[in-house]
Amino acid sequence: MSDNSLINLLRRRLPAHCLLFHPEDLRPYECDALSAYRRLPLVVVIPDTLDQVKTTLRLCSEAGVPVVARGAGTGLSGGALPLTDGVLLSLARLNRILDIDVDNRTARVEPGVTNLSISKAAEPFGLYYAPDPSSQIACSIGGNVAENAGGVHCLKYGLTVHNIRQLEILTIEGERLTIGSQALDSPGYDLLALLTGSEGLLGVVTEVTVKLLAKPETARVVLAAFDSVEAAAAAVTAVIAGGIIPAGLELLDNPAIRAVERYVPTGYPEAAAAILLCELDGTCEDVAAQIERTRRIFVQAGAVELRVSRDEAERQRFWAGRKAAFPAMGRLSPDYYCMDGTIPRRQLAHVLAAIGALSTQYGLSICNVFHAGDGNLHPLILYDANQPGELERTEELGGRILELCVAVGGAITGEHGVGVEKINQMCVQFNGDELAQFHAVKQAFDPHGLLNPGKAIPTLQRCAEYGALHVHRGNLPHPELDRF
Amino acid sequence: MPDLIESFADTLRNAGSSGTPLSIRGGGSKAFYGRAVSAEEFCVGEYAGLIEYAPEELVVSARAGTPLAALEAVLARENQMLAFEPPHFGAAATLGGTIACGLSGPRRPYAGAVRDHVLGITCLNGAGKRLRFGGQVMKNVAGYDISRTLTGSLGTLAVLLDISLKVLPRPETEITLRRETTPAEAIRLFNQWAGLPLPLSAGCHHDGWLTVRLSGYEQGVKAAADKLGGDEVPVAGTFWDDLREQRLAFFADARPLWRLAVPPATPPLPLDGDCLIDWGGAQRWYKTGLPAAALRHGAAAAGGHATLFHNGGGNDVFHPLPGPLLALHRRLKHGFDPAGILNPGRLYPEL
Repeated sequence: MSDNSLINLLRRRLPAHCLLFHPEDLRPYECDALSAYRRLPLVVVIPDTLDQVKTTLRLCSEAGVPVVARGAGTGLSGGALPLTDGVLLSLARLNRILDIDVDNRTARVEPGVTNLSISKAAEPFGLYYAPDPSSQIACSIGGNVAENAGGVHCLKYGLTVHNIRQLEILTIEGERLTIGSQALDSPGYDLLALLTGSEGLLGVVTEVTVKLLAKPETARVVLAAFDSVEAAAAAVTAVIAGGIIPAGLELLDNPAIRAVERYVPTGYPEAAAAILLCELDGTCEDVAAQIERTRRIFVQAGAVELRVSRDEAERQRFWAGRKAAFPAMGRLSPDYYCMDGTIPRRQLAHVLAAIGALSTQYGLSICNVFHAGDGNLHPLILYDANQPGELERTEELGGRILELCVAVGGAITGEHGVGVEKINQMCVQFNGDELAQFHAVKQAFDPHGLLNPGKAIPTLQRCAEYGALHVHRGNLPHPELDRF
Repeated sequence: MPDLIESFADTLRNAGSSGTPLSIRGGGSKAFYGRAVSAEEFCVGEYAGLIEYAPEELVVSARAGTPLAALEAVLARENQMLAFEPPHFGAAATLGGTIACGLSGPRRPYAGAVRDHVLGITCLNGAGKRLRFGGQVMKNVAGYDISRTLTGSLGTLAVLLDISLKVLPRPETEITLRRETTPAEAIRLFNQWAGLPLPLSAGCHHDGWLTVRLSGYEQGVKAAADKLGGDEVPVAGTFWDDLREQRLAFFADARPLWRLAVPPATPPLPLDGDCLIDWGGAQRWYKTGLPAAALRHGAAAAGGHATLFHNGGGNDVFHPLPGPLLALHRRLKHGFDPAGILNPGRLYPEL
């Protein structure tokens, strides 16, 4: 069956306004927020209803045409990059909040609902949805589930996987499955965990029940400045070792502080080698107790300046600079590339120094603004895509940073996902047997490999080409496969 | 312990080629849980010991055979804990059995379940391949989340080897309050309180008494206790331990013990028998002679599920899965354990 005939089948079964296939209409869907990778799909389908999603999947399944699901397109790893011969399935029009269950503290929503609008809908009841990726104003909950999105408050409140109860999904055959339950657990395997962060390779999420939490009574931020990055990194460890679980604990290094101050003057100490923003939340009494301890710990760790937000306006001001960090980099450099590795916290000082050395070696500037509390680095490599070879050098440097994260016991992605971006580094993090197990999981859900193929999990051939496949005891896994 | 791992892998490969089903055994403390398996016993408890513990990282890694009590004692020395408050059900309980059974204690609704604290697992799949998923960091989205999928899979997918868990500081202060009230009112209060910024850490109702625990910093806990009211219970520690370990008088009853997991605000279910409400309403224990169908129906009608937890005497333990979901479970099982040798039938007859 040719591609055109799939388009014809779709045209017969779906309203005209749900289909885009002229190149100028496809253009907005050629990439997600990792815009270095662009590709036009065969057709974009934007269903209005669940039945239309089902129809689309059935037709694709029967025709053997691959499907890439897309939420708001804010992903940073190219997970929603279309396939030339495939359907790009946008869930953006399934965007209703179906129910807020105040008594059970859950919200049942369609996948196209934005992250922030869930918290807004829950606000009148004193509740909110905890995961808050930086794109929360635009990103969709379906995409959050696909990527297991995190945010600033993960250390205390967890990632998406910790904050959802139930999913409705459609398999590639268009079969509807309920995963998880409205209770706190469900019988059988924990497929809720397996689906969360599966990057659209196992099923298409059509409904999400999220857990809502009581809004903390108060939140305050301690801003601490340090005259070395090592001292700031040690202070991060000291806070956690002191029995405090901050709601957020962020580090900005000096290049980041200066970039921010030039973009939105926030009053960050520009001479500091690094600052920490430590948010503490809870009841007023709890927060007062935590602030006292945190101050003492920061002083002992050598803080050269300490400020505590006195009111909500000041807390917002402290955060304003952090939130403006990425656009501030955009001012500083024609392009930047945001990395996303995680490391054990005790490796912070070592890894930041090693990143500095790599920056010198590659002749590319790097700013660091990241979730220090959970060891989630976001080095921003500044580059100019118009300079020949600079993007390639940037990607190579990024790859080296991720491999460094793995070498110190960390991971190649904390919250952005693998997508197409980090697929080679998957060969560094996992050996052939582990990748084969991932493929077996994929096989159980999608035997013909039609859901988002080529993302997230590399083939063994690809790893062999990348030259990074782990070899155990001198034996290549699956010696029956050809290598080329 | 590479030799021991190699011998485990040999056992699996041999069992795979001869088609010999294996019943995996750690300490045996939870042998009662799940369906009966008629298979050759495969003892893995010897693979024990702490691998790494970095209190400032909030991470502990240990081998699956490590006694749970020993692990918790190590954490307690650093004033830390497993926040999911796992039940032991005997001194022989191991870390591996705790993860494989996926059971969590009274703190679960407020601090998360066992799977929420699993960071990484190294295991042997049914083919004897040693695999490592996840790691020792809080955030890790590389690859499918197989370490959480293995949690609670009752040994039907893989033999657990090394386990890394997130740990948390022990609360500075805990207060337990008690008041006399009906089950319906208790459920209403638990859920009203959970919607407010209060440091709740457990909520139980039985025999006309609501018992609630607050945990956190001294000032915050005291202020919250004043808000809630009720009488403080001085010897609270043993109450919550006894609840977790099923040592309360409620559990000393020859009738089958059923566990119903339901949305927490579900009103009292119209089921005959004695009921103890835990998890702030989300877990209902029943001592009852009712037929399985009545409990399954009651739980399902409320949006939950029922498990025949103990004293069942039958093999109808876990809530039946809808056909398409069961088929998916079978395909997944096949993907981990193609020869079907790992705890066959422990979870469902088809797995």
